[in-house]
Order: sequence, then C-alpha cells, then structure tokens
Amino acid sequence: MADHNSHGTGGLVFDSKKRAWPNEMNVLLALLLMIGLFELLGALTMGQSFLFDSDGRFDTIFNEARLKIIILQVSIIGIIAIGSTQVIISGGIDLSPGSIVGLTAMIAMSFAQTAMVNGNPNPKAIFGESWMDLPVIIPILVALGVGLLAGFVNGALIAYTKIPPFIATLGMMVAARGAAKWWSKGNPISFPTDQFSSIGNGLNGWAPVIIFVGLAVLFHLILKYTVYGKHTYAIGSNEDAARMSGIKVNRHKVLVYTIAGMLAGLSAIVLASKNLTAQAGMGVMYELDAIAMTVIGGISLAGGRGSLVGTVLGALIFGVIISGFTFLRLDAYYQEMVKGFIIVAAVVLDQWRQRRAGSKV
Amino acid sequence: MTDIILETRDLTKHYGGVHALTGANFILRKGEHVAIMGDNGAGKSTFVRQITGVEQRTRGEIIFNGSAVSFETPMDARKAGIETVFQSLALADELDVPDNLFLGRELVKVNLGPFSILDYKAMRERTMMALEKTGVKIPNIRNKIRNMSGGQRQCVAIARTATFHSKLTIMDEPTAALGVQETAQVENIVRTLKEAGEPLILISHNMRQVFDLVDRVVVFRRGRICANLDIKNEDVTGEDVVAYITGAKTQAGYEDAA
Repeated sequence: MADHNSHGTGGLVFDSKKRAWPNEMNVLLALLLMIGLFELLGALTMGQSFLFDSDGRFDTIFNEARLKIIILQVSIIGIIAIGSTQVIISGGIDLSPGSIVGLTAMIAMSFAQTAMVNGNPNPKAIFGESWMDLPVIIPILVALGVGLLAGFVNGALIAYTKIPPFIATLGMMVAARGAAKWWSKGNPISFPTDQFSSIGNGLNGWAPVIIFVGLAVLFHLILKYTVYGKHTYAIGSNEDAARMSGIKVNRHKVLVYTIAGMLAGLSAIVLASKNLTAQAGMGVMYELDAIAMTVIGGISLAGGRGSLVGTVLGALIFGVIISGFTFLRLDAYYQEMVKGFIIVAAVVLDQWRQRRAGSKV
Repeated sequence: MTDIILETRDLTKHYGGVHALTGANFILRKGEHVAIMGDNGAGKSTFVRQITGVEQRTRGEIIFNGSAVSFETPMDARKAGIETVFQSLALADELDVPDNLFLGRELVKVNLGPFSILDYKAMRERTMMALEKTGVKIPNIRNKIRNMSGGQRQCVAIARTATFHSKLTIMDEPTAALGVQETAQVENIVRTLKEAGEPLILISHNMRQVFDLVDRVVVFRRGRICANLDIKNEDVTGEDVVAYITGAKTQAGYEDAA
C-alpha cells in the first residue's frame, strides 16, 4: 500500500494469517502430553497401551471403550462447564450449579416417575397417580424451568444488588442444596419412565456425550458469532467500557447467569436419567470441577479471555487423568492430588504467558 | 433555525457538598472547534460528564441541536449524535479494533435479538474505511487492544467517534499520554474533523495545541467559567490564557467566578 502519510505507527492491514498462537493450542499440547505420559507409563509398567487397542483385533485401532469412558465421565460436568465458561468470561463466577443439579434432579425426577414397578405401585412415588407416566417433555421443561429460575435469581442479585458473584452464588449453592433435601424430606426419588431413562442411557450409552458435544458446539458458535458472545467478552474485559458503549450490562449479566442455570438443569436431567434415581446430594462439588475444567482450558478468571474450545479440551484433560489413573490401577486419592496440582499449574502457566506477552509490546 | 449545536444554561453539578460545577453557560456553534482549559479540578471533565449522560446534573438546562435534552446514559447521548473520547478511553482490552469500534452497536447479518449473528466482514471493512478516513494507522486491526501502544489505543478511540456520523465530538485530553508523532497524528484527525465541518469540544492542557487547532477557548476555574476567548479574531496570547486559568485575570462578565 502506498504510504502517503509518512508519520504514524505502521501500515494499515488486515492479515488473517497474522494471528497470535492461540492459547487453545497450549491446552491441546498439554492434553497430548498427558496422553503420551500415560502411554509411556502403561508401556513401561504393564506393557499395555492407554488409548490404542492392545487386544490384537483388526477392526479397530483405538481402545473404544476407554475413549468412550473418557468423554462420558466428563460429559455431565462438561455441560455445567459450558455455563461456567461464559460466566467466567463475563468476569463473574458461579458456585451454585452443583446444588442446582441436586435440586433440579429431585424436582424433575418427581415428574418423570412411572406408576407401576414390576407390577407393584411405585414405592418412591412423590405425586399421585395422575402425575405418573407423563410424557418425557414435562420433566425436561420442569428441569429447564427450575434451572432458569435459580440462574435468574443469581443474575438478578448480582446485577441489581451489586453484591459480588461469589457471594450471590454461594448463597444459592447453600439454599438450593437445602431445597433439594426439603423436596422429598431427604428421600431419594426413583423409577423413572423408560423414555426419561433413555436420555442418559440411550444410543448405546452415548447420549450424554452427544448432548454435551452438541451444546458445546452450539455455545461455541454463540460466543464467537453473536452479539451475546461479543458483549459477554466485552463485559469481562472492561465493564465500564461496555457500559459506556451502551451495552445493557445488568440485563446481560442476568441472561448469562440464567443460561448457566439452565445448563445446570440440563445436566441434572442427564445425571438423574443416567442413574435412574435422584438424590438430594447429587452434584456436590460439580461446580468446582466445572471451574477447574475452564481454568485448565485457559479461561482467565479475570474475565474477557478464553474460549469454549479450551473448556472442552480442559474437560478432556480431566477425563484422561481419571481414566489414566484407573488404567494404571492407582488409587483415586492420587487422582485428586494430581488434579489439584494441574489446576494450579494451569493458572501459573497462563499468568506467566500473559506477563511475557505483555512485556513484548 | 439557529446555528447553535449545543448550549448549556446554568449547568450545575454538586457531589454532596462539593460544588464541582456551578452555573455554566456555554454555547457551541455548528462547525466550531472550542477548547476547554483549566487547572486540574476546575470542572472541565465534570462539565463533559453532564453533557454526555455519564452523570446526572444537579440543575440547569442542556439544549442540543435545538431541543432540550436529558441523557440518562452515554448511549442516549451517542444516539443523539454526541461522540465522546473519554480520558479512560473506554476500550475493551481483550477485543480487537473492529470489535471495539462497533461495541454496543454491532452490525448484524441475521437479527435474533440478543443472539443476532455478527457481520464481521462488514465491520472490518467499515473499520478500514474509518481508519483511512482519519489517517489512523494500526499495524493489524485484528490485534487485541491489550497488545497496542498508548497512541494506537488513542487512535482507535478517536476513530470510533469518526466511524459514526456524529453531530458533536468531545475529546477529553486526547494527547495527554502520547509521544510527539502520535500527538501529531491525533491533531491531524482533529483537523480532518474541522475540514468536514464537524463541531468539536477539546479538553486540553497543551497551549500550543489549543492555539493550533481551535477557534475559541473557554476557561474553567473552581467549577465556574471565567473566560470565553475568541482566539482566532481577538488578540489573545498564551500568557493571557494562563492568567485566566490561574486566576490572575477574570474576563468582564464573569466576575462572580473570582
């Protein structure tokens, strides 16, 4: 381009190739490194491969059962992590989804019960006959509604009373858990309809994976290509700038937390249906695992930075760790210790990377 | 139809007991460039914040483009045609140049309410046009603001005002943190606005810059206007302006400011 104005700070270009090394690549490398490590340890200690088929079959290269387990065991918390990702990108935090899962599972399961179990009346019945054997859409709508309501309360508290998200969602975390226990006086709720149980067990057990991946793709597109996504990043990046630019920050925050609540509700459906029962203690600590997945995936707790691709990779790292330790026949205690170490290491690495990027300017 | 674009009558702002701005009567005509000068705490930024809807005035009237206005938010002011480059820049660090230019008024391909689909291509093209129009040079508009120098940030903030046809542009110390070249670039943008006949309120401490760029200087002192100087037509020197700023002199008609 001809330079007719010689002073200034460089040319005016749009170069789509000239993009920074995306942070997600680092997370992907970490994931591959982790897999490589388990392969190596497996080969050294047991002479077995972690991910690849070691039974000598000819129709497959991968150990499909393990691949399925890796994704399946993070799917339910992964759905929550999708909500946590957008909350954290908007500069907030949500501690309540675990408890919302418990509460939603209880309430939704009450609308999903079947009247007759092996020819006898349902021993765990919550409502009367006329509320049994309802079409599956009813418990789904109920779950979405409960999640929506809980998320809306979170968002409204944060946006309009100006209390920190940590406190507002901590309150919801405690209150929703209490409500979950109150709902059936602590009794588990069981025996759902076949339709309902197919949500978590259908498609040969792949249903939760498909729901998780589908939602992840949907929300990736929403965060990247819609006004909603742009405003979420803007608010997390500089809330004052967002406000001065005319973004309705309060309304947007309510929406962000409401969506997070609905995703927790969806996660509850999958969980309750997969387990064929609902208990008040369901989902304890899920919110922290979800936050850990996002943090490992490179989403900055300061807000404005990261993507759902990172979160999905973070979730996979989680799945690989759990499967890897089982594969090496190590105790679950080690898993948690290593998980804790990785969470901290991910944040330290990210900050170190940020400082280096900052000093380059 | 008058040629007055902005007028304030008895514009006053108190923060509790602090009288940050008292009885400001101010007039800006179409195509006119006016500088607001004054010491720190003289009420310059307070004055701007009342006009642009960032804060709500204690009393007084604002007449913009012929009608009395009361902006609840900066967006209201912007919709009415007042573009402001704030001292704090109001840019989102984690977003790139087009994202920031169109923040809060994104171009969309498909309108789905909050989930409307962004038209990235159109926003990029209009960003390039705006930057070329104002002579702003940014190495790569896909760069995040976080990775840019102070001058580049300032240019993005100013280009943002130039992207949208505004009726009035307000700049709050646009060159305070800039180097020589970057300052020259910003001043070029101001000249471009002058040629285009777009009115401007410039808050600045830089005497040379003010005498280079604007038609008129309004001096604030301790929350009041104390002088209104037509520097293009009257014989006013920098020393005079300094005298007004420090309180050594007060113009006839503004004695109550002393």
